Amino acid sequence: MEDVDTWTVGGRTLHSRLLIGSARYPSPANMREAIQACGAEVITVSLRRENPRERAGQAFWSYVRDLGLHVLPNTAGCESVEEVLTVARMAREIFETDWLKLEVIGDDETLQPDPFLLVRAAEALLAEGFVVWPYMTDDVVLAERLVALGCDVLMPWGAPIGSGQGIRDEARLRRLRQRFPAAALLVDAGIGAPSHAARAMELGCDGVLLNTAIARAADPVGMAVAFRDAVRAGRRGWLAGLMAPLERGEASSPMVGLPFWHQEER
Amino acid sequence: MRVLIHDEEHEVPEGITIGQLLRRLDLDQAVCAVAVNAEHVPRQQHDRALRADDRVDILAPMAGG
Repeated sequence: MEDVDTWTVGGRTLHSRLLIGSARYPSPANMREAIQACGAEVITVSLRRENPRERAGQAFWSYVRDLGLHVLPNTAGCESVEEVLTVARMAREIFETDWLKLEVIGDDETLQPDPFLLVRAAEALLAEGFVVWPYMTDDVVLAERLVALGCDVLMPWGAPIGSGQGIRDEARLRRLRQRFPAAALLVDAGIGAPSHAARAMELGCDGVLLNTAIARAADPVGMAVAFRDAVRAGRRGWLAGLMAPLERGEASSPMVGLPFWHQEER
Repeated sequence: MRVLIHDEEHEVPEGITIGQLLRRLDLDQAVCAVAVNAEHVPRQQHDRALRADDRVDILAPMAGG
């Protein structure tokens, strides 16, 4: 199934539905190994000031570039439309991509995205031809606004960034799936365990973007494999059609032809 | 003249261009993007001369989620 279950996002056809972040790994070598193990084809990166004495950015890029993945730069740290546009233009120049993960934080405690700034920044970016991947809450009205502007991708959180709490409100994700069947729907943030990723896929999401759950695992490479398999399992479950839950129990063995000791009861 | 690179004061030759500054700092232009006074300056315009008190930001790829 993996061979034929491709999907298109941001104008590119992908085979893997697991997208991966590049932060918080124990070492660059470990990052590379984990990313290769999980089979991701898209990697998120950020832009930061380059200290000429350390050249950390150039060293980091040398580790990532050779992986040959699609790069999804983010706007982490931006606090205004103007900052977003400047960073977006700089990212486009360096990475030669129109893709952009639009991330604007509105609350320092929960790291909840700012929905108002998100909409204004998305509009400005779309006008400049960027393919906007908005990191958002699971708010259906916000999603409506972003889709109306021209966003083909929606990236609701499952829970706050880095919290590992999993999907806190399945009903809201399910609603997003039902309302926006044509959008690429990806859970971004809050995934802590492979079962969370599988659940997101079972709910009909097109993919999962995660970072900390793999990078901070005791064995990031082993966890990368676990997430790869979980995303595939959840996707297969969604495609196969989950049974509807029932309020009561229902015997799975047939009632016809019960053994003799039940015959008197019938 | 004095310019600010990442909020730090630096003395640079009068009329230095952005490209010359990057070479002076030994930074690879292909892996950096430059903003002057918070505005991105595309690579094709790196022959532009800096002016005194310009605020220069040089961004490069970094880990991110």
